[in-house]
Amino acid sequence: MWRYLAPLGIFIVLVIFLSIGLKLDPREVPSPLIGKPAPSFTLPSLTQADQTVSPEDFRGKVWLLNVWASWCVSCRAEHPVVNELARTGEVIIVGLDYKDGLKEGIEWLRQRGDPYIASAYDEDGRAGIDWGVYGVPETFVIDKRGVVRYKHTGPLTMKDVTDTLLPLVQELKKEPA
Amino acid sequence: MIPELGHFALILALGITLIQATIPLIGAARNNSTWMALARPTAQAQLLFTFLAFAALTYAFISHDFSVAYVANNSNSALPLIYRISAVWGAHEGSLLLWALTLSIWTNAVVLFSRSLPLNMLARVVGVLGLVSIGFLLFMLLTSNPFERLIPAAMDGRDLNPLLQDFGLAVHPPMLYMGYVGLSVPFAFAIAAMLSGRLDAAWARWSRPWTSVAWVFLTLGIALGSWWAYYELGWGGWWFWDPVENASFLPWLIATALLHSLAVTEKRSAFKAWTVLLAIFAFSLSLLGTFLVRSGVLTSVHAFATDPERGVFILIFLCLVIGGSLALYAWRAPQIRSVGRFELVSRETALLLNNVILVVTAASILLGTLYPLLLDALDLGKISVGPPYFNSVFIPLTIPLVMLLGLGIMSRWKRDSFSRLFGKLWPAMVFSLVIGLAWVLILLPEFKLGAVIGTILAVWVFSSSAVSFKARLSNKDRLWPALLSTPLGFYGMTLAHIGVGVFIIGITLTSIYSIEKDIRLSPGESYEMAEYTFQLDSVKTVEGPNYIASQGRLTVSKNGEVIDIMQPEKRIYRVQRMPMTEAAIDAGLGRDLFVALGEQLNAQGAWSVRLYVKPYIRWIWLGTIIMALGGLLAASDRRYRMAGKKVLDPVPAGTVVTGAA
Repeated sequence: MWRYLAPLGIFIVLVIFLSIGLKLDPREVPSPLIGKPAPSFTLPSLTQADQTVSPEDFRGKVWLLNVWASWCVSCRAEHPVVNELARTGEVIIVGLDYKDGLKEGIEWLRQRGDPYIASAYDEDGRAGIDWGVYGVPETFVIDKRGVVRYKHTGPLTMKDVTDTLLPLVQELKKEPA
Repeated sequence: MIPELGHFALILALGITLIQATIPLIGAARNNSTWMALARPTAQAQLLFTFLAFAALTYAFISHDFSVAYVANNSNSALPLIYRISAVWGAHEGSLLLWALTLSIWTNAVVLFSRSLPLNMLARVVGVLGLVSIGFLLFMLLTSNPFERLIPAAMDGRDLNPLLQDFGLAVHPPMLYMGYVGLSVPFAFAIAAMLSGRLDAAWARWSRPWTSVAWVFLTLGIALGSWWAYYELGWGGWWFWDPVENASFLPWLIATALLHSLAVTEKRSAFKAWTVLLAIFAFSLSLLGTFLVRSGVLTSVHAFATDPERGVFILIFLCLVIGGSLALYAWRAPQIRSVGRFELVSRETALLLNNVILVVTAASILLGTLYPLLLDALDLGKISVGPPYFNSVFIPLTIPLVMLLGLGIMSRWKRDSFSRLFGKLWPAMVFSLVIGLAWVLILLPEFKLGAVIGTILAVWVFSSSAVSFKARLSNKDRLWPALLSTPLGFYGMTLAHIGVGVFIIGITLTSIYSIEKDIRLSPGESYEMAEYTFQLDSVKTVEGPNYIASQGRLTVSKNGEVIDIMQPEKRIYRVQRMPMTEAAIDAGLGRDLFVALGEQLNAQGAWSVRLYVKPYIRWIWLGTIIMALGGLLAASDRRYRMAGKKVLDPVPAGTVVTGAA
C-alpha cells in the first residue's frame, strides 16, 4: 500500500515548497547592506594599470556600482543597457569586474563599450564577498554620503532603468551631501 | 462589441464544459448511456465557443483595437500583420486562451478518431479532459481575462516584446502547446481506465498513438524553441538549461519513457501500474511547467509576465489535478495485476532500464530546476543552478541509455541471452568503434575523447538499428513483400532511433568544436577564423516598419572564393527602446557560420562583431525532425486504426500468470 501512496506523498512535499516559493521573489533579495555604509575596498583599476579604485573616490556623488564578469552570460544581455544608462549622463557608474581574468575583462570592455567612469578589478572576489555578491550581474545605488540605498539583482532592463533607477537617482541627488 | 462577444463565448464555453465534465462521468459510473452520450456534443460545443473567443481576440489584434488592454499592451499600429496574429499568444492571457483552444482541439480529436471506443470509455476520457478544461477556462475568466477593456482606450499600443517579433513565435508556442496539452489525452485515458478498473492491453493500445502524436508535437515544439533561441538571442547557443526550457524537457523525457512502457503494457501486459503513473507524471509535469512559467517562482529568460496571484490559482489547480489523480492511483493501483513474466535478459528488462534511466534523468533535472526554490524556501540562501550541474548529470545518464538502445531493439520478449545478443551485435559494435574513431580523426580538426564517445554512440545507434532491421527481414524469402508486411510501428521506431543518433552527433560535435570570437572590425578590415575570412564591407542604417537598424555587410570567403554575403542587424525598436540583435546565419549541413553585430565602438564606424563557426549544429534539429517523423509513422500503424474492433489477448497461451485479477 505504502509504495502506491509514495507519489502522492512526494507531490504534497513539492506543493508545500511551491506554495512557499510563491511568496518569495527570486529577483528581490533584501540586501543587509541597504541603509549601511558601502563596504570599502581598494582595488587595482582594470583599465588603467597604475591606478586604484575605491568607493571613497566618489564621496559626495550619487553613483552606481555595477558588478559584472566576462564569463557571465546575463551580463552580455545587460551590457547595452548599462551603456545606454551611461549615455544619459544622469549618473556615474563604477564597474566591478568580479572573479574574472584580467585579459578577458579588458577585452570585454574594448569590444562591448566601456560605460564605466572607473573599473575595479576584483580578481579573487574578496570585495564581492564584502558586498554580498552571489550572482552576477548586480547593481547597487550609493548616495552622496556613501550609503547603499538600493540593490538590483540580475540583468538590468531599460524598464528597470527608466522606472526604478533613474527616478531613485533623481531623488537621491536632491539629498544633501 | 466583438471583444464582449469573445468574453461571452468564453463564459458559454465554461458553462458547456461544466456539463461535459460531469454528466458523462456520472453516466459512466451509473451505466446510463444517454448521459454518457452527452460527451460528444458538449465537447464539440466547447470547441465552437473556445474557437469563437480565440477568433474574437485575433480580430481585436488585426483591427488594432487598443481599447482592449491585452491588445494595447502587446501590439502597436506599426506591428506587421503576421506578428499581430502571433501576438495573440505573445503574453499571458492569450497564451492561456491558446492552451484552452488546444485542449479543446485534442478533446475533439479523441471524439473524432475514437469512434470505435466503447461509449463508457469515451465518456470518461472526455469527462476527464473536461475537468482539465474547466481549470483553464476558470483561470482565464477569474484572473486573466484577455478581453478586459481599457478605459479610456490607448492611442497606440505598447508593442509586442521585440524578442517575440519573429517567425519563431508564430510557430513555437502552438507546437509546444500541442505537445504539452496532448499529454492530457494519455492522462485522461489512464484516469478513465482506473475509474473503470479496465487496465488492459486495449487501454494501452488506445493510449499509444495519442502519446506518440503528443510526443511528436512536443519534440518539434522544443526543437523549434531551441532553433529560435539560437538565431534570435544572438549568443549562438541552442540550449541554456533555463527553467522554462527544462519545464518543456521534463514532460518530454517522461513521455519518452511512457512511449516505451506502453509498448510493454500493450504487448506483454506488464508494467501496468507503472505505465499509469508515467501517464500521470507526464501531464503533471506539463502543468508544473505552466506553473513555473506563469507564476514567477523561478527567474528565467522566459518570465515575460509573471504574477504571484495567478500562481496561487495554478497551484490550487495543480493540487486538484495531480493530487486527485495520485490519490486515485494510490487507491486503484494495488488492484492492478501485471501478468507478463520475464527473465533478467529480455526486452522487458531493457525497456525497464530505459524507463529507470529516463525517469532518473527527469528527476535530476527537476531537482536542479527547483533547487534554488527549495533552498530559498528553507532560508538557506539564494543560488542559481547552471549548465555545469545539468550537463554533469545529463551526459553520464544518457551514455548508458544509448548503449542500451542497441541491445534493447535486438533482444526478444520474455527471455533472451547475452551470448545470442552478442553473436548478432558484435559486427555492429566493431563497426561503430571503427567508424566513430575514423569520423573524428578524418573529418574533424583535432582528436577529442568526448567527440569520439559521441560519434561511436551515434554510429552504434545506426548500426544496431540496421542489424535489427535486417533481422526483421531475414526470415522472409522475398524482400518487397517482407518490407510491405513489416508494420509501420517498426519503421517508426527505427527512424526515431536514427534521429537520436543524428541528434547525438549534432550536440556532441557542436559543443566540442564550435569556435567563437568577439572582434573589432572597421569597414574594410577582415578577420580569419578556421578556414573562413570575414570582411566587414560596411555598416549602414536601414529602417524597418517599427524599428531602426544598423545593418552590417560582411563578405565571407574560403580559399579566396566568396561563399556568402552576410547581413547581421542591430535593431532598436521604437516603442520599447529595446536593442535587439538579428544575427546573420549561413547554414550548412557540415557547419553554420553565425555573425552578430555588437556595439558601435567609435565614430569612424568600427564595430564589435561576434563570429561563430558551429560544426554540425544543423544535425541537432535534423535529428529531432527525424525523431518526430518516426513518431508519426509509429502512430499511423494500422493496428491502432483497428483498435477496439478486435481486442486480441496480449498474453500468448502458456504464459505463467501471476496473481489473480
